[in-house]
Amino acid sequence: MLTRLAARALAGFGVVAGVVTLTFFLLQVAPGDPVEHLLGPAATPDQIATQRHALGLDRPIAIQYTAWVSRFIRGDWGISIAKGRPVRSVLGDAWPATVRLVGLSLVLTYLLGIVIGAVQAHRRGSRTDTALSVITVTLFAVPGFWLGLMLVMMFTYWARVLPAFGAAGLDADYLTGWSRLADGLRHLALPLVTLTLIGVGGSARFVRGAMLDLGSQAFVTTAHAKGLSPWQVTLRHTLRNALTPVVTLLGLSLPALFSGAVLVETVFAWPGVGRVFVEAVQARDYPVVTAATAVSATLVVLGNLLADALAAWLDPRLR
Amino acid sequence: MKRLLRDYRGAFGALVLAIAVTCAIAAPLVTGGDPTAQRDIVATRFLAPLSTDGTGAFHLLGTDRFGRDVWTRLAYGARVSLGVGVLSVLISITVGVAVGAVAGYWRGPLAVTLLGLTDFALALPRIVVLLLLAALWRPSTALVVIVLGFTGWMSVARLVHGEVRALAARPFVEGAVAVGARRLRVLARHILPNALTPVIVAAALGVGNAITFEASLSFLGLGVQPPTPSWGNMIASGRDVLVNAPWVATAPGVALVLVVVACTLLGDAVRDALEPSAVSHQPSAPVS
Repeated sequence: MLTRLAARALAGFGVVAGVVTLTFFLLQVAPGDPVEHLLGPAATPDQIATQRHALGLDRPIAIQYTAWVSRFIRGDWGISIAKGRPVRSVLGDAWPATVRLVGLSLVLTYLLGIVIGAVQAHRRGSRTDTALSVITVTLFAVPGFWLGLMLVMMFTYWARVLPAFGAAGLDADYLTGWSRLADGLRHLALPLVTLTLIGVGGSARFVRGAMLDLGSQAFVTTAHAKGLSPWQVTLRHTLRNALTPVVTLLGLSLPALFSGAVLVETVFAWPGVGRVFVEAVQARDYPVVTAATAVSATLVVLGNLLADALAAWLDPRLR
Repeated sequence: MKRLLRDYRGAFGALVLAIAVTCAIAAPLVTGGDPTAQRDIVATRFLAPLSTDGTGAFHLLGTDRFGRDVWTRLAYGARVSLGVGVLSVLISITVGVAVGAVAGYWRGPLAVTLLGLTDFALALPRIVVLLLLAALWRPSTALVVIVLGFTGWMSVARLVHGEVRALAARPFVEGAVAVGARRLRVLARHILPNALTPVIVAAALGVGNAITFEASLSFLGLGVQPPTPSWGNMIASGRDVLVNAPWVATAPGVALVLVVVACTLLGDAVRDALEPSAVSHQPSAPVS
């Protein structure tokens, strides 16, 4: 078990290293010189050459790469071109918000998905099943950014009950205790609901499928034969066995969840890694883009490892 | 085919897609004409759906902030959105089938390399790669197609790899090898035609997925550039006017959801129709 996890961790490290390398070389081959971006169109060729030399951009690419990697590993991620702050502090401020939003939505997505999927599988072919299928397939198709806009339209502009953007109100610094918590929750509500709703469609469909695939197996028939009530069979036997593939899916769905978070954070101006990333991309802030790519790849790899460990904990056969 | 249309999911999916494709192809016929046409902006902007402007032109879905007809833009946008979806999935499938077939049929270092590459590419958050690539080059429709195509092949490669490996051990393949057929011929004529069912299903789902990604990129301003209408940049342009003109963002979003639902249902129905014996209840994996 431990060796397996160690091997996976090593592979995960390989993925992150590969992502960072890929990003570095993509930035090299991309049209447009970062120095020209930095100095603006009025710069003379002399100034450009001096700046290139100062940044080490005139050295051979292999040397640039090793220098860059060694700085990156030591934690020197450069200075954001657009913000003028160290990249590390820009991302350091952003990642807790993303983890809070994505983590909570992950938990809600799977809890709801398991409940809905189990109800559907239990009442297979009924009206409830059909109605829930229509809902889940629609949610599965809704783009998160559009759903976010529609929710803002309803709850902010029409009902005027929830704030449309940010993670805290303008007066949050002066609030204390419960009112501060309430303010945070009110701001969290719409992004969290959006991210959860777009995820529930997929997870419920998957749980339903996983449970129906098990429906004809011998142990289910046995459970029925020994006189358990249908709900007992569903909950104790089918659902528990269907959970292993669900946990594996949880790991695999992390990249998709992160994608969703990138767009949802942009719509709601949520101060997380996704929004920092999109803003950096739009401003061609290359140091931030590279670092944010590395951070997102790391989050995804860590999530996969966690899913592996969870699956092994749930199913002793995988240990 | 009959079995497909008798399945209500297949019938609904086919109907919606047929309507969308017809509107896209016949856009000049079903709409008032130019999607970028602006008349008197002050008099014609933000007209509500089902209204008629001063010149007598009828606006089924209203107008946007430049007085452009939303229905016209929606129909012309369907050309872009559906076109991007289909073309990028064609690229994904070509690359995926090639990689999967080679890795599945030729064992050895080449297969290991290809599979490693696939797993690596699968572990990247696609939106990160998309944003990265779209940001490095000047945004354009062609770039969106290429970027979506080359970031969506991995799951097809995995599917085809599995199928090819399973088929390669079957007697009819051994027979073909035994009569002296060359390896490439065995692969192309005997194995691949039998391995394509899951690919067709993945393609149907992949088109829906690609349309969503195109919309996401265009929404962020990194995809199809205005004034060319795409559903994504139409939603983006409606974002600032949600209060006084909610229809500008609502209409393309509803169209998008309908088309993606249609792709999903059609994909599920195709799978059940083509492989009735091996019905799994699992939703099929899209090209993503």
